[in-house]
Amino acid sequence: MSSKQQAYLPDDELPPDDGRSRGGPLVAELSYVLRHSRTVQIGLLLVVTLLLLGAFAPLLTSYSPNRIDLANTLQPPSRTHLLGTDELGRDELTRLLYAARVSMIVGLAAVAISNVLGVLFGLVAGYAGGVTDNVIMRTMDGILAFPALLLALLVISVLGPGLLKILIAFGIAFAPSNARLLRSMVVSVRENEYVLAAQALGASRTRVMLRYVLPNSVSPLIVSASLGMGFVIIGLAGLGYLGLGAQPPTAEWGAMLSGSQARFFTAPWLLISPGAAILVAVVGYVLLGDGLRDALDPRLRQSQ
Amino acid sequence: MAELLRIENLRTWFRTRSGTVRAVDGVDLHVDHGRTLCLVGESGCGKSVTALSIMRLIDPPGRIEPGSRILFEGRDLVELRETAVRQVRGSDIAMIFQEPMSSLNPLYPVGEQVAEAITAHGEVSRARALDRTVELLGLVGIPSPERRAKEYPHQMSGGMRQRVMIAMALSNDPKLLIADEPTTALDVTIQAQILDLLGHLRDRLHMAILLITHDLGVVAEMADDVNVMYAGKIVERGTVESTFHHPQHPYTEALLHSMPVLGMTQDEPLEVIRGIVPNPAAWPSGCRFASRCDHAFERCRHEPPLFRAADQQSACWLCEDGPRAAAGVAVAT
Repeated sequence: MSSKQQAYLPDDELPPDDGRSRGGPLVAELSYVLRHSRTVQIGLLLVVTLLLLGAFAPLLTSYSPNRIDLANTLQPPSRTHLLGTDELGRDELTRLLYAARVSMIVGLAAVAISNVLGVLFGLVAGYAGGVTDNVIMRTMDGILAFPALLLALLVISVLGPGLLKILIAFGIAFAPSNARLLRSMVVSVRENEYVLAAQALGASRTRVMLRYVLPNSVSPLIVSASLGMGFVIIGLAGLGYLGLGAQPPTAEWGAMLSGSQARFFTAPWLLISPGAAILVAVVGYVLLGDGLRDALDPRLRQSQ
Repeated sequence: MAELLRIENLRTWFRTRSGTVRAVDGVDLHVDHGRTLCLVGESGCGKSVTALSIMRLIDPPGRIEPGSRILFEGRDLVELRETAVRQVRGSDIAMIFQEPMSSLNPLYPVGEQVAEAITAHGEVSRARALDRTVELLGLVGIPSPERRAKEYPHQMSGGMRQRVMIAMALSNDPKLLIADEPTTALDVTIQAQILDLLGHLRDRLHMAILLITHDLGVVAEMADDVNVMYAGKIVERGTVESTFHHPQHPYTEALLHSMPVLGMTQDEPLEVIRGIVPNPAAWPSGCRFASRCDHAFERCRHEPPLFRAADQQSACWLCEDGPRAAAGVAVAT
């Protein structure tokens, strides 16, 4: 145990500060994972690329996503239109880039909502325990009984289609699994001696909850957020394909698929490119989430 | 010597589905200003629950039963509301724990945690709190405190972390420090360092210490007074000298003789206390030690009160008519 010996070391013999753990154990762990997990690297590369393409879409293309050009409909890929044009003469690449924006924003917003709700309910349920715990978690179980897509369809059938409604629906649908995850972490973290020690030093319940229990419980949510992005993107594309998601003329991958499937034999590029975009996005997030889970989960790490 | 803490008839019971566990069942004790009281007993006898009861950190299903009194400077802590208890915790009474490895929040630098303990009570500016943090870390013997304050718990050894815990406990000049087996998880040389430090700080800061331990060596080294606990009750109390030299209760006597002594050979059998501690959900009536006691006789079916015996008090019928002759052990104090 070299760490035990540190107690005897005089001042000038302290081990040099290697800077590896600067920023705290969680940051250190994440940066370690980033440097050593190929899965995480590939996932992150795909995800960041998509985010950047979506964010800088107006700078990357000179076309407008909704500008109709009836003189150039259904053009195959060429130098002027890298991925061709659709039945209204709109540049396919431009629409893909703008659609990436939609998917990323809806995904991030839905995941943010589901995490905020999940953290709120999971933390309160896990820390309060007893009746409060039971009421909150049984409600969560109730919501969890509905498949996310079905819940979204329910919301749409009541409120009508639209991106805002979809992201709220997904946010609520994915909240219970986050709440369960966080609650289970909170229940084990609050048994740690540092929680008791903080109380013994006069910290209030709120302070203990926010400074001690919550920060030590959130790391599994990083994984679930990444996987959740994948689910939301697929769900959004599915609803778009059914015509219940983004409404025309908004560019959206699922809607682009359904609009062009009739022309599969005459203009296959219109089908392949949005399909490939969905694939890349989902694979990116799932790889990132899976890699993070493998790297952060101590049970899986031991077997490596 | 003026009295700082007086506990009267403390009963902390846990009402579980499988019955009421009477972990602490009628404890009386008192701690004087500036003195060290050791609460000794084997695992499960209620020492830690007694300590947590003083801090009012008993969670359901545990409950401090009505009629229990914990008087700190004359104020009954049992009666206080949660917000008022919080004022006492960490300022008048502070506590350190057994496991320094897990007593610190792994996510923040240790200096920040000490500073947090300072700002939890009273209005202190952040800069002032950081100055005081470095001062406290120096006081508990951490070398280059400015630099160590920026380190995370995982970068420190167990002994260093226990020093940080002590610094946090001292941050508001407590009058009473409760130390629940503070050295159990440390190796022997570090144990000695931490005990030295506690003794030194007690004298320097004029605080009283309630030290909970099952290690009689620690008792001999640290204690002014000793209270021996068995099965949720105090069975013997006295000064450390009198208790070690003339143990009055058979349990204390057996405990002292089950301790290996330097110079013993392998041929000498180490005495053990036969049997096990009775189930706390169903204490036997009468003397709770009777089933394991070599001296048990008819009267032990009735519960003995604490009798005055020589310089001690002992809850044994043998001491009804004053001190009995019992073999003690030598102790250097």
